[in-house]
Amino acid sequence: MQKLLLLLGDEAIAQGAIDAGISGVYAYPGTPSTEITEYIQASKDAKELNIRSSWSANEKTAMESAIGMSYAGKKSLVCMKHVGLNVAADAFINSAITGANGGLVVLSADDPSMHSSQNEQDSRFYGKFSLIPVMEPSNQQEAYDMTRYAFELSEKFGTPVLIRVTTRLAHSRAGVERKEIIEQNQIKLPSNLKQFILLPSIARKQYDILLSKQSEFENDAFKSGYNELIKGTDNSIGIIACGLAYNYLEENRHDNEINYPILKVGQYPIPTKMVNKLYESCDEILVLEDGYPIIEELLRGLLNKGKKINGRMNGSIPAAGELNPNIVAKALKLNIEDGHPKPEIVQGRPPSLCEGCSHTDTFTALNEAMLDYSPGRVFSDIGCYTLSALAPLESINSCVDMGASITMAIGAADAGLIPSVAAIGDSTFTHSGITGLLDAVNTKSPITVIINDNSTTGMTGGQDSSALGRVEDICRGVGVEEDHIRVIKPLRRFHDENLAIIKEELEYNGVSVVVAKRECIQTLGRRMKLKAQNKRTNKSV
Amino acid sequence: MKKDIILAGVGGQGILTIATVIGMAALHEGLQLKQAEVHGMSQRGGDVQSNLRISSKDIASDLIPEGKADLIVSVEPMESLRYVNMLNRKEGWLITSMNPFVNIPNYPPIEDVLKTIWEVPRNVTIDAEKVAKEQGSIKAANIVALGAASPYLGLKFESLEFAIRTIFAKKGEDMINLNLKALLAGKNYAVKRT
Repeated sequence: MQKLLLLLGDEAIAQGAIDAGISGVYAYPGTPSTEITEYIQASKDAKELNIRSSWSANEKTAMESAIGMSYAGKKSLVCMKHVGLNVAADAFINSAITGANGGLVVLSADDPSMHSSQNEQDSRFYGKFSLIPVMEPSNQQEAYDMTRYAFELSEKFGTPVLIRVTTRLAHSRAGVERKEIIEQNQIKLPSNLKQFILLPSIARKQYDILLSKQSEFENDAFKSGYNELIKGTDNSIGIIACGLAYNYLEENRHDNEINYPILKVGQYPIPTKMVNKLYESCDEILVLEDGYPIIEELLRGLLNKGKKINGRMNGSIPAAGELNPNIVAKALKLNIEDGHPKPEIVQGRPPSLCEGCSHTDTFTALNEAMLDYSPGRVFSDIGCYTLSALAPLESINSCVDMGASITMAIGAADAGLIPSVAAIGDSTFTHSGITGLLDAVNTKSPITVIINDNSTTGMTGGQDSSALGRVEDICRGVGVEEDHIRVIKPLRRFHDENLAIIKEELEYNGVSVVVAKRECIQTLGRRMKLKAQNKRTNKSV
Repeated sequence: MKKDIILAGVGGQGILTIATVIGMAALHEGLQLKQAEVHGMSQRGGDVQSNLRISSKDIASDLIPEGKADLIVSVEPMESLRYVNMLNRKEGWLITSMNPFVNIPNYPPIEDVLKTIWEVPRNVTIDAEKVAKEQGSIKAANIVALGAASPYLGLKFESLEFAIRTIFAKKGEDMINLNLKALLAGKNYAVKRT
């Protein structure tokens, strides 16, 4: 037998894409999707095959680049976390209308229970919304196999395909068996060179084509083997188990006699024939799906006049949060082993900024500067520095979406909250902050923007930042006045001068930018370690 | 053979290294494996855990059901208690380092934490930092804790040694030896104690 690779779900997807013959991966880092692109970047195979893999500025640019590669006839993968798909949505939805030429696969990693996110939106809705096929693996091997299959499907039907995973699969390791490598495509433009021009007259035709493919998509989901009806002897309940939920059901089947018929779902649109067969043969239905009750809602319908449908909507399963084996056991009315009660002595231990982090020094100075004004004026963004919301700093008043710090500060200043402050990281600034800064410059908005430039994308583990060494140049180019682009080095020993600079800029009645520049201590530590290691190896040679 | 293990600690304390060592040892013995890790935001000094499942048969869920863990292995005492609800009440073992990692203002008195741990039936507590120091470096405290857990893992001790040699190979002979010594010292402590 071939040796199994021990891979995270994310890594299995990456290996599947390499072996499916992609020519490029496009992505912006975001938990829990980051490791896919990192795996391809580190892969020797990918290097030899010349697969492009550098980070994109944001999910929208990533998605568009992938569409471009597909237009040119080659296979491309684009990866993001669930909220990243909101950023890429314009390009994503329209790619369903243009259709794909080279295989185009979009990977969206959802985060139910919000381990590292602002919401728990379910990407399967995006699949339904854009009318394209969706794959949802239940384990690492399926993650590998389905990624390969998604490319096949994409080229067979000339459509982008969405793969949806959740944190538990993305960040869980298991053995995966590799299959043969499929060759990359040669450049081959679409036979109709107008296919990708979404002028209304062409878009209408393309949309008709997409609509006409729907029954084929469903038929494929019926035949592919990724949706499977498993017979049972006890027809009092029929179970629909989507993606990872199937594992939790299996876990309970190992320990209990469960003989209900099961529809295991791994590919959408879910085949009506299979659902109907289960529905007709059972007294009631239990729907197990991680994320939103998408299948459950379809089955119930608005009037809910059919058989009893159990799931998140009727309280059989909690409305929020990820599933686990015991939630499924409870829904099946099985006995559960109680563990020891959790002792009261255990205190919460929230994540915090690292010892020696530059953000601590920046926000300490900012906190002091803000004492001159009434509280509630600091709009922040998404990154490590969001942790300044917690004690002891408690510096910020908002974190909504990538780039919102600057634009929310504009709106608040327009409303009369002057000064308003934005705090944003260097990577988030290039992701979605630059256009907001341009708005501010155009309206001479009285805001002060603190750019926490630690030369990396810190929160996701230190990926390259698109703004590396260019933050001030970008601000200059956007039109911020030279005198109001101030660079500080956030260190305790510079506290007094940093405080004075921030205070000056807060008083300026226009756009000012304070770039707080000091490398992330995590990336710095890794760099130093590597340096020392290289020195050692050179010596021993 | 089937062991469900919760690994606990604080971000940066090296629980993923413990997971990798156990995982490689399990694969070395031809066992199946599933290991759910925590990445992302929580790694910044927050509480972290990993669900590690090894078995001679297929493993379904990536997550261990509550009340069914055979072992909690923790590199921090208060963190060992955070997941005690996961532990099997009839047979589960709790193995933890006694060295508190204090990065919160309301960390409870360590005596009270240890007292609560000692009330859990079937526990092993070890001053992992002291033992690691005696072996050469406090950095190997996580492997000392693994050593203390080794008699309960259902894996051969040689498999764990093999995994350490493989995983630390890149870091040089000194690191391999330090961690092998730490593993053994942890094991000797646990065996002597029980």
